[in-house]
Amino acid sequence: MLAIEALTVGFRRYRGLLAQVDVRALGPLEIGLARGEVLALVGASGAGKSLLAHALFGVLPPNALVSGRMLFDGIALEAQTLPALRGRKMGLVPQSISHLDPLVRCGRQLGWAARRAGRPVDRSGLEAALGWFDLDASVLDAFPHALSGGMARRLMLAMAIIGGPDLVVADEPISGLDADNAALVLGYFRRLADEGRAVLLITHDLVQAIPVSDRVAILRDGHLEGIAPAAAFSGDGSALASPYARALWRAMPENGFGLEPVDA
Amino acid sequence: MLEARDISFAYGRAAPVLSGVSLGVGRGEIVGLSGPSGCGKSTLARLLAGYLTSRSGAVLVDGAAPAKGWSPVQYVHQAAYLSVDPRWRIGAILDEAGPVDEALRNQLGVSRRWFERYPHEISGGELQRVVLLRALGPRTRYLVADEVSAMLDPITQVEVWQALQARAGAGLGILAISHGDALLERVATRRLHLEAGRLLPVSGSATKAIGNAGSPQCGKWPLEPANLPA
Repeated sequence: MLAIEALTVGFRRYRGLLAQVDVRALGPLEIGLARGEVLALVGASGAGKSLLAHALFGVLPPNALVSGRMLFDGIALEAQTLPALRGRKMGLVPQSISHLDPLVRCGRQLGWAARRAGRPVDRSGLEAALGWFDLDASVLDAFPHALSGGMARRLMLAMAIIGGPDLVVADEPISGLDADNAALVLGYFRRLADEGRAVLLITHDLVQAIPVSDRVAILRDGHLEGIAPAAAFSGDGSALASPYARALWRAMPENGFGLEPVDA
Repeated sequence: MLEARDISFAYGRAAPVLSGVSLGVGRGEIVGLSGPSGCGKSTLARLLAGYLTSRSGAVLVDGAAPAKGWSPVQYVHQAAYLSVDPRWRIGAILDEAGPVDEALRNQLGVSRRWFERYPHEISGGELQRVVLLRALGPRTRYLVADEVSAMLDPITQVEVWQALQARAGAGLGILAISHGDALLERVATRRLHLEAGRLLPVSGSATKAIGNAGSPQCGKWPLEPANLPA
């Protein structure tokens, strides 16, 4: 359903008044995502995970330079095609809760998300959407600052999914969630995939994400280090081909919580 | 010692989030605080750091009420982008808190190459390390660390906590708030659990089962995905 081909993302920066330099931040990347699949995307902060998500949705900053192709069901993702897809066929769960409007009650923001997707819903529909993620109706009348970090994250999940997208790209969706809520969200993703949608799950929490993921793409310094089957992340990680993936796995608090040398 | 004595708090006229909570964090201690999402962990953190004032009870820092000026209790939370001025460069953001401690900068993995950039030009995990570096100036005696490593990759998380543990060894008192039970088991010298407005002590192995919590066995599915719009 999603094909990323030779994708690069860079930034044009000014050096002095007139000179410009282009800095490559990501790629070239080749990633495919099929219907029915949860693909986890892991890697150090700064490796380009969020850049990839933002490139897919065409929401990079204006000085970004993108080359290569991104195809959604054969349609190239670009300025002309994106407005009809994002928020409708493709839902993004952003990483930072700063993506919520601090001056608008949560219910209105959720309603906007439904309307943008061409599926306006009434209050009971909004309440149902919150219920997917175990939030109660009082959230509708609250402003974002009154929500805890985990509640805000679940609200953004409801906003991304209320339009019924075929592809969900979730940037750190379980960061700041307690174990029960994280399991709720991840189990929900698994079910979305099982009924023929697809999920790109950007996360650091390998231990929680592995059971619901099919494959794991490992990103390092903007390059794809490899894609491993989720089952390889088990035990001491010796089934993993990539030393970097092994080091990530072994650094989890549930595993060794240790540092080991990784060749550059 | 950073102390909360019998503090209570409610937002507006809503039901109290905390009622009669007391805790103490000693110098050199890392106290791990867990609790379900929305139970008031961050509210307690803001009360301890002086961002909020309790309805009753008191917060004391080394026996005294908090004074004006640089707070010896620094609060670092999960949303790094909301902790900085988006129009300032990283260098200026760090400078505001005084000279940068080079050893700590290296331990936290903060690169000097970021100094010329704006907050949106580095990643969330990188900015979080900048925010921690800014908070850990020489006048900081206590750190309230609210999910500070939730957005870091596992390797960076280990590096950051090694740096924080070294600071604790040098006398910094840390309240570490996290949903990661396995993480708290690793770093905390003592653990507390907040639920329904009350604090309870946690015995070591009681919550070790989290490693398996990711399996989709939750059993609570308010809406089947199949009911989504097609």
